[in-house]
Amino acid sequence: MATMARSFLQAISTEETAPPLRVVQIEGLVVLKIIKHCKEFAPTLVTGQLLGLDVGSVLEVTNCFPFPVRDGDEEIEADGANYQLEMMRCLREVNVDNNTVGWYQSTILGSYQTVELIETFMNYQESIKRCVCIIYDPSKADQGVLALKAVKLSDSFMELYRNGNFTGEKLREKNFSWMDIFEEIPIKVSNSALISAFMTELETDTPVSQGDYDRLRSSTTPFLENNMDFLIKCMDDLSMEQQKFQFYYRNLSRQQAQQQAWLQKRRAENMARRAAGEEALPEEDPSNPIFKPIPEPSRLEGFLITNQVSNFCSQINGVAGQNFSRLYLTEALHEN
Amino acid sequence: MAVSSEHTVLQFAAPSGVAESAAAVLSARVHPLVIFNICDCFVRRPDQAERVIGTLLGSVLPDGTVDIRNSYAVPHNESTEQVALDIDYHHNMLASHLKVNPKEVIVGWYSTGVGVTGGSALIHDFYSREVPNPIHLTVDTGFSNGEGTIKAYVSVNLSLGDQQLAAQFQEIPLDLRMVEAERVGFDLLKNTAVDKLPSDLEGMELTMERLIALINDVYKYVDNVEGRTSADNKIGRCIADAVASLPKFPPQAFDKLVNDSLQDQLLLLYLSSITRTQLSLAEKLNTAAQLL
Repeated sequence: MATMARSFLQAISTEETAPPLRVVQIEGLVVLKIIKHCKEFAPTLVTGQLLGLDVGSVLEVTNCFPFPVRDGDEEIEADGANYQLEMMRCLREVNVDNNTVGWYQSTILGSYQTVELIETFMNYQESIKRCVCIIYDPSKADQGVLALKAVKLSDSFMELYRNGNFTGEKLREKNFSWMDIFEEIPIKVSNSALISAFMTELETDTPVSQGDYDRLRSSTTPFLENNMDFLIKCMDDLSMEQQKFQFYYRNLSRQQAQQQAWLQKRRAENMARRAAGEEALPEEDPSNPIFKPIPEPSRLEGFLITNQVSNFCSQINGVAGQNFSRLYLTEALHEN
Repeated sequence: MAVSSEHTVLQFAAPSGVAESAAAVLSARVHPLVIFNICDCFVRRPDQAERVIGTLLGSVLPDGTVDIRNSYAVPHNESTEQVALDIDYHHNMLASHLKVNPKEVIVGWYSTGVGVTGGSALIHDFYSREVPNPIHLTVDTGFSNGEGTIKAYVSVNLSLGDQQLAAQFQEIPLDLRMVEAERVGFDLLKNTAVDKLPSDLEGMELTMERLIALINDVYKYVDNVEGRTSADNKIGRCIADAVASLPKFPPQAFDKLVNDSLQDQLLLLYLSSITRTQLSLAEKLNTAAQLL
């Protein structure tokens, strides 16, 4: 008994060091469910819960269920929790994995980096060791692309967030840039053999699929317009954030100049006093308002916006690249 | 619930007041998600159960076809004489699903395995108390005929004169449909494992390869028609239509069009690169700024 107990304890203690998450393995069922749910409610953004297993460096997602859309906030809090418990209990009875491994959400044009996402992540991280967020973009489905991404916060960012400060000092120490906030994890899709047998039979291999038609369609202007629109708005936000910084720095330098001036005056006074034989006044005066430290604005918003802008840029790049190929294709076809 | 084997005439009851709902169920449409759900539940069933039973959710379209969009399994106990279904579970799950999507209501039930058994009739009876005309879907997960058959049935009442005798399961045409977004992911879903989701450019490459293959096939066919194979007029007409559908532009206008679009795309590309550079510059400036 003693040996068993010891090995049990050993097992528990060695579980602390979990291998880093390398890949997220999703079942086809989950992909279809997410697509269906997000598409039905587009353009409203919807969320849902992911269930699965955490195995070594692979996070397996085997099932999911959607969350009802919240209209008002007060009464639905308890309702939402009840709904979740009810669903998990029912799914348990049919032998579905009951482990929450994360959540999914839909997004518009890929602008998912918000403070709410980070907060939800922190909430989940407290109860689950490893969780992931799957982002699905239903607007890209018109172009024949399956826009599914698995995102998680990087560990260094989580530590910073917990300590709650984002000043320039700390960030420079850790050499932390806006690219380090989110980590994207590659997705692998797996299916049970039964399902793939069914699918291959029900939908025979045609040489061309609908996805191909969608990809070859060359009218991507609305998508690009929306992207540019969002990009411009984000740049505005970014410039506002930067103005905040400029303001802060200007105030700080003004305050420092004031402090210096006051200090000079004090020193002059003190010299005069010493010459007159009186006591010297202290060189500091905490009650004076010019000594009050000005709080440095947090850079978190700036980083998030930067992330969004970069996302938009990559999307534009991707679509422009596709358009190039399409245009050259039409040119070649026309020549013949 | 035995079907009588007398030689009197069995007639299908024309339900008097409810003619629209009964006669209007002409066919059913199934989304692949439902099949996936059923297969998944079948794989996860408890060991002693031979088949899986569950509820189908969806809606009835105005032209009478039933659109089956979602499903969930219901635990049940089955023995030779009786079938017991966990009704509370069924209602709980229904309530939960309705919270998310109130438009998806019960339209029927499914079971795995081939054919309709006696127990199925009882279950169908239960479901017909919930919904006026439920659809019964059977999914053959055992691949008994060498293929996985999916069939849908509606129950029709057989009556002899005034007396109700039995219910017959009548097959209705079934249609497997997919929404466009689902189609995109569909190529992925056919294999047992895909290592990574294809990115945009890779998808483009794949599409273009397929297009080239198609064009090559057509070319070979046309070549063969000249010598070897006989000409099929329909195919010839299709090819002629396809070739004629290229819009007729004078070359300069077409070149101008293409060049303009190219320039637009280049402009966008430059803009996004500039934005990127700006971002990295701004970041360096922001974090590197220090005050004395």
